[in-house]
Amino acid sequence: MSQKVVDILKEKFAAVVLETKSEHKDETAVVEASAWFEVAQFLRDDPRCDMQMMVDLCGVDFPDREPRFEVVMHLHSIRLKHRLRLKARVGDRDGDEAKIKSVVPIWSGANWFERETYDLMGIEFEGHPDLRRILLYPEFEGHPLRKDYPANKIQPLVPFREGYEKLPPFDEFEGMSFGRQVFRTGKVD
Amino acid sequence: MEPIDQELEEGELELPSQPMSLNMGPSHPAMHGTIRIVMELSGETILKADVQIGYLHRGFEKMCERGSYSQVFPYVDRCNYASPMLNNVGFALAVEKLLDITVPERCQYYRVILGELARIADHLTSNGAMAMELGAFTPLLWFMKGREMIYDIMEEETGARLTHSFGRVGGMAQPPSVNFKAMVSAVIPRIRSIIGEAESLLLQNRIFMDRLQGVGKISQADAIALGWTGPCLRSTGVAYDVRKAHPYLVYDRFTFDVPVGQEGDNWDRFMVRLEELRQSARIIDQALEQMPEKGPINVDDPRIVLPPKEEVYSTIEGTIQHFKIVMEGIKVPAGEAYGYTEGGNGELGFYIVSDGSGTPYRVRIRPPCFAITQALGGLITGLMIPDVVPTFGSLNMIGGECDH
Repeated sequence: MSQKVVDILKEKFAAVVLETKSEHKDETAVVEASAWFEVAQFLRDDPRCDMQMMVDLCGVDFPDREPRFEVVMHLHSIRLKHRLRLKARVGDRDGDEAKIKSVVPIWSGANWFERETYDLMGIEFEGHPDLRRILLYPEFEGHPLRKDYPANKIQPLVPFREGYEKLPPFDEFEGMSFGRQVFRTGKVD
Repeated sequence: MEPIDQELEEGELELPSQPMSLNMGPSHPAMHGTIRIVMELSGETILKADVQIGYLHRGFEKMCERGSYSQVFPYVDRCNYASPMLNNVGFALAVEKLLDITVPERCQYYRVILGELARIADHLTSNGAMAMELGAFTPLLWFMKGREMIYDIMEEETGARLTHSFGRVGGMAQPPSVNFKAMVSAVIPRIRSIIGEAESLLLQNRIFMDRLQGVGKISQADAIALGWTGPCLRSTGVAYDVRKAHPYLVYDRFTFDVPVGQEGDNWDRFMVRLEELRQSARIIDQALEQMPEKGPINVDDPRIVLPPKEEVYSTIEGTIQHFKIVMEGIKVPAGEAYGYTEGGNGELGFYIVSDGSGTPYRVRIRPPCFAITQALGGLITGLMIPDVVPTFGSLNMIGGECDH
């Protein structure tokens, strides 16, 4: 990883970089959640940073802290061979108001990673094009990776779904109108 | 029969032309790894595709938060079951990064050789399955023959063919067996000849070429933005390999090439994997030569490594040590680290947060397939249904890893 990028970030975003640290040869920068998108955009576009690849995005839950969640993103520049861990803290003690801006417009690869974080940790990404559960099913209650979710909790059985209800991945305004009609009613006139 | 006397609107008697929705998977012979693709079709052309994963979700990350660090190894085995040894090594390296320890040199070579064998097994499976799905059954059997030889070595070394659970924090479960080097050096030439025989069945096969070449193309910029790594990224021409770019273990001591493709289509992904088989064999050849015959395999730290069994049964210190490591787990200092290695499908990362206790506070796996599979919907849009099979096959999605 690289200390250089952290220095650039501190210089450019002095007001929003809350803390930086370096341990085990990994550099970390914690930024204000409100500046998440701008910092990410800068890191990708600035030629000295050139973080073209978003490697990983996940959430970590610290129930005793306020803000409770950490959104952790690992960035990587293939050309300059450096990495950075970017963090933001969101959410209150009850786990509500955990909202942060989506970075899908910057890295299209963030799409599924954000869906996963939403699914398992319950952090909402504002402006995400398609924020559905990804690993779990729609009827699942709660977010299992939160520390207050018991590991042995049993979810209720899902009632049998009607055939046509389980297939709506597409927006109803997408595609051809007559096609959507068939899709919804299941009838071909 | 009455004559048609009513006025017909134009086109009313033609065949219905509405788009049709089709479910492919989760139980479909080509959807290995249980994945479901909901498609909207016009004729045979895919207008829209939605890829749904999660059928193999087992709560890997939640389970890791319940046991000790050593108890994670069986779980990572089951993440990428095509190359479990690479996952074992990847996780061990991430914890060792957090502990700031380096394993002895002999162990590093041992890990490299076992890992590269696992990579060969992974690529053989992936390429063989891809050929089989396109109707070429013989190459699959050829590739499986090679994989079988590797599994035999693994069984001899670890006691298990598939889920080895052989990695340990600070070393390996056992030192190499007496015949280890002889076995590996006997098998590598045979695998080389098997690869040659199998590829001669495929590489000039018109049907195979037509179904792969130019299908499922992706550009360099798209692949990078999507977070692709491994053979799939290299097929677009980006020579990014963790083993070269950020060498770990002793990878910087070997000469090997990073094969790249040009088009980023299915054919290139197939060919990159085929060439990587040979490069892995090259690495193993050099590692066998350089690997020391004698020396410790585990780090010399009683807080991390279990004492030898004789000591546990005969001395009180050994018993206490053993008890503390088994019951309390290895105490990893508080902090966080992201360890990354080159897995079978690309960059396999483990982000570990420790609170100083014997149980990991948070283990996050960065599965390479996850980033790769999210592009599948885009790749197959506009293609025909038969193209889904090779495109999906060439991505080598491993359900256990993707759904963790």
